[in-house]
Amino acid sequence: MSNNQKKKMTPIQQEYQDFENERETKRPIIGNCVKAFFVGGCICLVGQGIQMFYIYFFNFTDQTAGNPTVATLIFISMLLTGFGFYDRIAQFGGAGSAVPVTGFGNAVISAAIEHRTEGYVLGVGGNMFKLAGSVILFGVFAAFVIATIKTILIQWGGL
Amino acid sequence: MLTGHRTWVFERKPVILTTGTVGGPFEANGEIPEDFDILHSDLWLEQDSYEKAHKVLMEEACQTAIEKAGLQKEQIQFFLGGDLINQITPTSFATKTLGAPYLGLFGACSTSMEGLALSAFLVNGQGANYILTGSSSHNTAVEKQFRYPTEYGGQKPPTAQWTVTGAGVALLSDKGEGPFVTSATIGRIVDMGMTDPFNMGGAMAPAAVDTIEAHLKERDLDPSYYDLIVTGDLGHIGREVSLDLFQKHGIPIKEENYKDCGLMIYREGQPVLAGASGSGCSATVVYGHLLNRMKKGEFKRMLVVATGALLSPVTFQQNETIPCIAHAVSIEYGGEN
Repeated sequence: MSNNQKKKMTPIQQEYQDFENERETKRPIIGNCVKAFFVGGCICLVGQGIQMFYIYFFNFTDQTAGNPTVATLIFISMLLTGFGFYDRIAQFGGAGSAVPVTGFGNAVISAAIEHRTEGYVLGVGGNMFKLAGSVILFGVFAAFVIATIKTILIQWGGL
Repeated sequence: MLTGHRTWVFERKPVILTTGTVGGPFEANGEIPEDFDILHSDLWLEQDSYEKAHKVLMEEACQTAIEKAGLQKEQIQFFLGGDLINQITPTSFATKTLGAPYLGLFGACSTSMEGLALSAFLVNGQGANYILTGSSSHNTAVEKQFRYPTEYGGQKPPTAQWTVTGAGVALLSDKGEGPFVTSATIGRIVDMGMTDPFNMGGAMAPAAVDTIEAHLKERDLDPSYYDLIVTGDLGHIGREVSLDLFQKHGIPIKEENYKDCGLMIYREGQPVLAGASGSGCSATVVYGHLLNRMKKGEFKRMLVVATGALLSPVTFQQNETIPCIAHAVSIEYGGEN
């Protein structure tokens, strides 16, 4: 309840919230961090393995192996989401499964599956990016800002 | 008869003639599968959408209650029901099959007791001989509306609750063997400024406490009058908070007589975090499990307090607080009255 201060609470509401807060089961933050570290690490390890596979068996380099690796990870994430397994990994792994590209894939695919019953255009098409849309928007915007700063520094800053 | 400000005492004692309860696969693996009339192994119920499956839950519960009473659906004079989906379509669509005059209700997870209180009032006032009332929820249909897509990998906090897939319906009549609906207290909105939609129990506990206190005061009863006081879906956190609130307010409610439907329906070890919730939770547990136990004579008087959090996904995104409500209905069977 970090935004309590921003809102105007009556003393009774404030008192109850403190009372309730003492009795609330807290998120096990340290435990969650450790789980996230290992789950996220495992996903990245798999990704690394796939990247090595593309480099050793196909004509990819360190720079070009990124794209097929990401595509493969998203494909695996799609299968796991479709078979109803990814949300279970996520309940255990938390940020560990949400932050890598597989979490992004899961956000898109789960929304697409969910709204299949409303048809392909209004359902799947209209809702697919319900969760991931804001990530794409602000991701692109952040990239634009950083690229602008970089350009300014190179052009006028003499870097 | 109005007693106090918001309590009705039903002197004609409307009877819960029969009930119908339907559950899904997760409930079939739970603690009380034998108390469901129909259990489904498939969350889709052979329909092509979760919303349609939700409708079927309600249809089957109504049909079961009517069949058990040996009545025809044409004999049902009114149907009072609701659910959690936008515009309560599953209930309205189910009523299309039933064909009875219909009053749609929305009290979030408190709909079950809102319906029972109003139905008892109608029967008591000789407004009807047979009334059907109930509520339902479907885990994935509700999650889809209120939270994220079902398969989305978002980690839920330990305060989150699991929405029940189930429908519970009761058929009320003016005469019969029992159990009897003896009184009801209508809740008022209690908003303690809670904003976390993943902690409904904590938000709803003050509403339950407010209604129970009003009920006991207006009927001038001691909590020990009831063998069991059972809340709708407070879960672990809400139950603990409300018990501490009773202690703080000096209401002598014993922990062993104070239960929660949200903690009865599932087994230990099912991944439900703080407990069950949803408008099907109190409906299935009360109309199935608890009335069965009451008929076996395990207890004679119970007060059912169904709690509801009246939020929507939009109000949550606009940072509004969560207003909560609780309705109490007392059911008695085999007592000296």
